[in-house]
Amino acid sequence: MKKEKVTTATQIRRVIAYIVLVIITILCLFWFYILFINSTRSHAELTKGFTLLPSSFIAKNLGNVLLHGTLPIARGMLNSLLISASSAILTTYFSAMTAFAIHAYRFRGRKAIFTFILAIMMIPTQVTSLGFVRLMTSMNLMDNFIPLIVPSIAAPVVFFYMKQSMDATLPASLMEAARIDGASEVRIFNTIVIPLMKPAIAVQAIFAFVSTWNNYFLPALILHKDYMKTLPILIAQLRAADFLKFDMGQVYATIAFSIFPVIVVYLLLSKYIVGGTTAGAVKG
Amino acid sequence: MKRRMKMLTSLALAGAMVVTMAGCGGKSNTSSGQGTKEKSTSTSQAKPAEDTGKVLNIQVWNEEFKSRIENHYKDYQKVSDTEGKIGDVTVKWTITPSKDNAYQNNLDTLLPKNADASADDKVDMFLMEADYALKYVNSDYTMKLSDLGITDDDLSDQYQYTKDIVTDKDGNIKGSSWQACSAGMIYNREAAKAVLGTDDPDKVQEAVSDWDKFSETAKKAKDKGYKITSTVNDTYRVYSTNVSAPWVTDNKVSIDPNIKNWVDNSKKMVEAGETTTADLWSDDWSKGFYPEGKVFAYFGPAWLINFSMASSTDGSIANKGGWGFCVGPQSFYWGGTWIAAATGTDNPNLVANIIKTMTTDKDVLREIADKDSDCVNSQSVLADLASADIPKRKPTKDDGGSITWILGGQNPYAQLAEGASKLDLKNISIYDQGCTEEFQAAMKNYFDDNASYDKAVAQFNKAVVEKYPELSTD
Amino acid sequence: MEKTVKPQRNNKVTRYNKWGYIFLIPFFVVFVIFQLIPLVSTIYNSFFENYRSGLQQIGPNFVGLGNYQKLLTGGDFFKYFGNTMIMWILGFVPQIVISLVLAYWFTDPSLRLKGQRFFKTVIYMPNLIMAAAFAMLFFTLFADTGPINSMLQQVGIWSKPYSFMSHVGSVRGMVAFMNCLMWFGNTTILLMAGMMGIDTSLFEAAEVDGATAHQIFWKVTLPLLRPILVYVMITSLIGGLQMFDVPQILTNGTGDPVRSSMTLIMWLNKHLYNYNYGMGGALSVILLVVTAVLSFAVFRFSASSEVDN
Repeated sequence: MKKEKVTTATQIRRVIAYIVLVIITILCLFWFYILFINSTRSHAELTKGFTLLPSSFIAKNLGNVLLHGTLPIARGMLNSLLISASSAILTTYFSAMTAFAIHAYRFRGRKAIFTFILAIMMIPTQVTSLGFVRLMTSMNLMDNFIPLIVPSIAAPVVFFYMKQSMDATLPASLMEAARIDGASEVRIFNTIVIPLMKPAIAVQAIFAFVSTWNNYFLPALILHKDYMKTLPILIAQLRAADFLKFDMGQVYATIAFSIFPVIVVYLLLSKYIVGGTTAGAVKG
Repeated sequence: MKRRMKMLTSLALAGAMVVTMAGCGGKSNTSSGQGTKEKSTSTSQAKPAEDTGKVLNIQVWNEEFKSRIENHYKDYQKVSDTEGKIGDVTVKWTITPSKDNAYQNNLDTLLPKNADASADDKVDMFLMEADYALKYVNSDYTMKLSDLGITDDDLSDQYQYTKDIVTDKDGNIKGSSWQACSAGMIYNREAAKAVLGTDDPDKVQEAVSDWDKFSETAKKAKDKGYKITSTVNDTYRVYSTNVSAPWVTDNKVSIDPNIKNWVDNSKKMVEAGETTTADLWSDDWSKGFYPEGKVFAYFGPAWLINFSMASSTDGSIANKGGWGFCVGPQSFYWGGTWIAAATGTDNPNLVANIIKTMTTDKDVLREIADKDSDCVNSQSVLADLASADIPKRKPTKDDGGSITWILGGQNPYAQLAEGASKLDLKNISIYDQGCTEEFQAAMKNYFDDNASYDKAVAQFNKAVVEKYPELSTD
Repeated sequence: MEKTVKPQRNNKVTRYNKWGYIFLIPFFVVFVIFQLIPLVSTIYNSFFENYRSGLQQIGPNFVGLGNYQKLLTGGDFFKYFGNTMIMWILGFVPQIVISLVLAYWFTDPSLRLKGQRFFKTVIYMPNLIMAAAFAMLFFTLFADTGPINSMLQQVGIWSKPYSFMSHVGSVRGMVAFMNCLMWFGNTTILLMAGMMGIDTSLFEAAEVDGATAHQIFWKVTLPLLRPILVYVMITSLIGGLQMFDVPQILTNGTGDPVRSSMTLIMWLNKHLYNYNYGMGGALSVILLVVTAVLSFAVFRFSASSEVDN
């Protein structure tokens, strides 16, 4: 009797869970659907109102943007890919290295350094942007990808996550064994630590890739030459076009076009989010 | 009313003839491009330096001027969407949108460095809008047209207001435009019939000839289910053109009585449900381009009619030729593009020739008017157009059609010319763009009942000082 | 954060420890160049009047604390700080609740939800859309003549279109909703990781003691999740204080109605318009102090309660 009661309760909870999950799924995917629909519509159709049915202008919109436009969208995609991929790789690799330094070695000032890194996590990027732009100007790095890629090496938030997950997954004994085998510290890090950290790296790589891909604030301050610009800047420029050229169809087509690579990257790496998070878990 | 207009037209015509005749004396055979080039090099007193540049850099915020050059400057050969050639000179177009001040920021960075820039990177020419033209005109970064060999005589057929906008504090003209963007009221003929019982431009004009009558018509329109305008911002420029003092004098911001009139009249109309507070260019604003949008009238110049009212879309009022045009309560202007030569250009003669050809050559201007339906900056050409029989060209998917089609057969050039000749733009300042933007944004709060008038003004003052810290407010 | 490697007094090991410094070099070199120097120059500039008026450069003229005084008097700073916090909390509270519930469901073995892979993949996806595009879609959907209004009018909920963009509550609500939607997936993923790290024997023990699912959640799961919750809260708070794209695009940079949705970074952005290094710098410094104080407060608060347990 008692046992049956529990199952019905669980049954009800399960039904509620499914209903909520379905609603949330719709809320999450709805936007992709309207972006797709809107990218198939012409500017005139878009200004006339909203619909849930696709139209037939997607090829024309994309053609207008990619072939006849004055903005180098394809080049922008390449720029965005280069910056986002480099940032994702650098930020995960070097944050893991920094975390490893704190996690695996006992040196003087270790605790202080750890606290210090946590403290600088609180500096908002925009706060230093004015000084950043001035410095880059004087270093002759305007219209250059370096100011957008290299700073990702020092990412306290990623570091913190890596540190937490190392605490949970990286026993000291492993390193001892490797050292006995005569492996150098660099080798240990590259061949033992990095592979073990794969799930955590994947999760942070997705976060880093996506946020760099969609970043507008800093790239807009650094990149001014058209062929250097990233997709978000180009999209903003399309949106800013005035009455002569203003074409929401093109804007939506470009947005749809620019979301595509992130979705691919996300789906490729998402198995770590979906399945493997235990390994990268933060210990309670 | 009609009679007065006819008289003015004939006066304008007479004036134009004199100008044309005077012009003919100097010019023998003006077949655009080539012809004027010869003249500018042979007769100008102040001869600019030799052209040495291999690249002509032109800074623009949209593709309008580029397409004018492509279509009407004979020597220009298109290479790509952002590049062309004139002789052996490569023409490079840099397009930076105006939004968020990006276009001006770009110029502000480039122009001060222009003297030191390498030959191929030097800005040779750039475009300006009326709202901020003075900022560049009053600086050393723009060249006097007289230094380029363009004389007052060359510009005599242009409308005075287009020259006022680009005249610096010492009286030098430092830019030139091919457009006269005088504007008027573009009304929905169907709505006019329903509300006023007529769609005749003169009769409609009578019903909106001043702001009191305009308000009465707004009430009648409301009764028939029409909004008089799509948004309060439609009429803003009508009031702001006719101010008695600039936004800023001696670094102090003040709100002109006529701007205050806009606020008061708009507030009443919003409260009566006769208009809305939507932003210009928003979807809510453009709803009235279609019959279901139920908007009585928009306010704007020829370019609004031609490019922005969805004439190539089936079912739009413009597509069916359902608009009419009249002067409205007060004459005003909106937009316009001025060409300036950048100090330090290494192609002064070419720049001079382009400016001269595109803004003073009557044949070219007539061609622009015929092909692109621009309201061109030539008193004589507009006078010709006013009496010409302009063919109705039906809009298609790729062509907006001719202005006479959109206006249901009406030829608006008499009204446009009349408006342009009456404009007086002595009251502009370099801060107009920022002030206009911030004022409209701040007043929306008042119209929406989110703030009292005083509070909205306080927000405007705050925003202006954030943009221009050197200014003070009340 | 407690040490997992026990310090060992072993010569061989201490010899390796210099590698700790070596591995820290890249981080600190990059930090100094790309963050510290700009930070110092931002602080330095905050004491000067230094901006561009049209084509003229004004300053730099030393004004001491003048910029700070201008920013902090008149109450604007506190207003925009309040706006930022209100919109953050409005978005964060539902976000953390949804995330906790989802993470709990996903990790609850008795529920055995099917299609977990799909749901877990989907919840992060809104984050893939850039904030600006999101704001654009909302603007269109909630326009006076947009689909939401026409739907509600057809159903008969109201007769006149509701001007979503003209009301304080609806604008803030939209901003909060968008932020919630964009970030709850991220938070869920982090919380899930935390929950899966909890020793399952603890749950079993609780079950044996006759605790209900409800009780287990409140008495076992939540307390053990505290470190990760603190991490989520602090990162979200920092992100919230930096809120920019969504309200900026949605309100076209005005932060209206009556600047009730103007965030601190939007305000900073206004000072960037004329390259105002003085005012912008001062605002940046204040922002930094506020962030540090708030983060520290959250940290301390949670740390002290950890001790209590």
